[in-house]
Amino acid sequence: MLKTLRKIHRIGIVTEPAPAADESLRVREALQRRILDVMGRALCIRAVDAGSCNGCELEMHALGNPIYNIEGSGIRFVASPRHADLLLVTGPVTLNMRDALRRTYEATADPKLVVAVGDCGCTGGIFGESGAVVGRVANVIPVDVAIPGCPPNPARLLSGILAALSAGRVSSA
Amino acid sequence: MTLAKWFDAAAPVAGAPGVTGLAVDDDGWRGAAEDFAAAGGRLVALWAQGAESGHRAVFAALAASARVLVVELPLAAGESSAAHRYPGLQDLFPFANRMQRAAGDLYGVHSTDPDTRPWLRHAPGGASYEFVKVQGEGVHEIAVGPVHAGIIEPGHFRFSVVGEKVLRLEERLGYAHKGVERRFSQIGILDGHRLAARESGDSAVAYSWAYVQALEGQVEVEIPRRAAWLRALALELERLANHLGDLGALGNDAGFAFGLAQFSRLKEQLLRATEQCFGQRYLLDAVIPGGVRADVPAHAGAALERCVTGIAAEARELRDIFDEHAGLRDRFVGAGTVSCALAARLGLIGLAGRASGQAFDWRVDAPCRPYDELRPRKCGAAGGDVAARVAVRFDEAQESCRLALGILADLPPGAVQTRVPAPPADAFAIGVIEGWRGPVMIALSAGPGGSIRRCHPHDPSWQNWPALEHAIIDNIVPDFPLINKSFNLAYSGHDL
Ligand code: SF4
Repeated sequence: MLKTLRKIHRIGIVTEPAPAADESLRVREALQRRILDVMGRALCIRAVDAGSCNGCELEMHALGNPIYNIEGSGIRFVASPRHADLLLVTGPVTLNMRDALRRTYEATADPKLVVAVGDCGCTGGIFGESGAVVGRVANVIPVDVAIPGCPPNPARLLSGILAALSAGRVSSA
Repeated sequence: MTLAKWFDAAAPVAGAPGVTGLAVDDDGWRGAAEDFAAAGGRLVALWAQGAESGHRAVFAALAASARVLVVELPLAAGESSAAHRYPGLQDLFPFANRMQRAAGDLYGVHSTDPDTRPWLRHAPGGASYEFVKVQGEGVHEIAVGPVHAGIIEPGHFRFSVVGEKVLRLEERLGYAHKGVERRFSQIGILDGHRLAARESGDSAVAYSWAYVQALEGQVEVEIPRRAAWLRALALELERLANHLGDLGALGNDAGFAFGLAQFSRLKEQLLRATEQCFGQRYLLDAVIPGGVRADVPAHAGAALERCVTGIAAEARELRDIFDEHAGLRDRFVGAGTVSCALAARLGLIGLAGRASGQAFDWRVDAPCRPYDELRPRKCGAAGGDVAARVAVRFDEAQESCRLALGILADLPPGAVQTRVPAPPADAFAIGVIEGWRGPVMIALSAGPGGSIRRCHPHDPSWQNWPALEHAIIDNIVPDFPLINKSFNLAYSGHDL
């Protein structure tokens, strides 16, 4: 226990301060304001892997590390689509996941936002479309924002989430 | 030795060290598998090809110590899938079941084994799949997935429980099936490493390296020494990043959020230093035919050296904290146990295998360049529980730090690429690289004009998913996320 406390004390808070040069943090501050403006509370995200290679998921995990600290910005990943404001969907959407993705979308309360993640989520990426792969997320459900990259880094993910909030589907709904 | 007769009859196969190949008939197929099973050997992979690849056939890669025999059983041409059922191997290697079913789904070649349910190909509209029913008083079923509560790949788990205790778990995979094998045959053979890397993004270096190892073997190209060392650096960074991520997540799943905060911080540091060196946080494009995409800038190498030195020291400190934490010990020790005997019978492999006494590591047992020079140490444990899989990750993380620092200190001078021509049609090779999860295998056949006739990627998760079904028995349902995470198996890598 003592070692743990000592370690906590020694490491301190590593969440990056907000120098103008740090792109990821500029995004985050703006993000928090935007979330409060639009939602008036925390933004709840449901992650859906509709068939990715797991690369995009690794960077989505990184959003939670102490350096990006999205929980501190008022974003939570939630365990059910019924609690979600936004679906963060990686692809390419496989044939075997198409119905599950559609059902998840239908189970999410309106108004809802959809962000497609990664080259595969945006276009089908290297997997394209075939008998096994339906391709980009927008082929299955309406998409508000698509974040390219293979995989997109955490800063880009944050920018994309912010763009979805600005896209106005929620506020206009 | 009974195996000598097989190896004597076989011809060398290009690519990974110690691989040989032999065409067999039904009796040879069964006979080789029986002899390898009797000698304590392992089935590395089983796959098939259809008529579009020249002729229908089924393949099995069998391993004994550091040698591999690839047996090919040609199958009769013809439309009817019942024309020729090849002898099943499930009684010898239990996990062959799913690979045989996958071969049936993808190529219409079927074994004689009784389980003929589809595996990767799901019925349209998600129509019913026959799960095994557990009967008895008070037994009920819990169905989870394919969409999970966290940021996790898709898969379905069907638990039969009494109270909180798990009587049986049945996995249903294939949700991430992307038809990669057919996709391979649509791209040029000199571009295939990019798709291989994306078979499982967390093991991109292992997959892309296994692919180019096969390709370079087909054209007998030796890459520059510096390029080989940089590939090993990339592979050890990939291993370290995944182990750091898993150690944090395992702490978190056992209620110790501090562990997640610390390890995810270290992982982020590592990814940033990796990006300075290779231009990417995750090395999906670092390995290319003939070498690596770019040299590591000297200043970035020095920064990485400082970063890894720091991580090694902090990981040691965090290990003490984990070891002394009564709550973690309580959750880790005895949870999700796969005994050494069961692991041997199930063919458990890779990291999870080494935590259950299965001391195989291709970097040590059959080292490709540069591991013959780097001489990694094999890590292992015998407990077979979550605690053992945590301990092996701690040990391997240290070992990867040691290897990375050694590479950075002694990086040989020279070029980082050499030219690789397209291989002649019909060239065949096998690549095997020990990724962080276990050995990744690529079977690559060249087509004419720089095309790919057939490429089969094999993930060690094929071996290890069935073991998870055993590991959870008699544990409680709330421990499943922890036990599952301690294996951390691939969905995409498995689902092809
Ligand atoms: S965009 Fe890249 S990292 Fe993301 S799922 Fe596709 S291949 Fe994987």
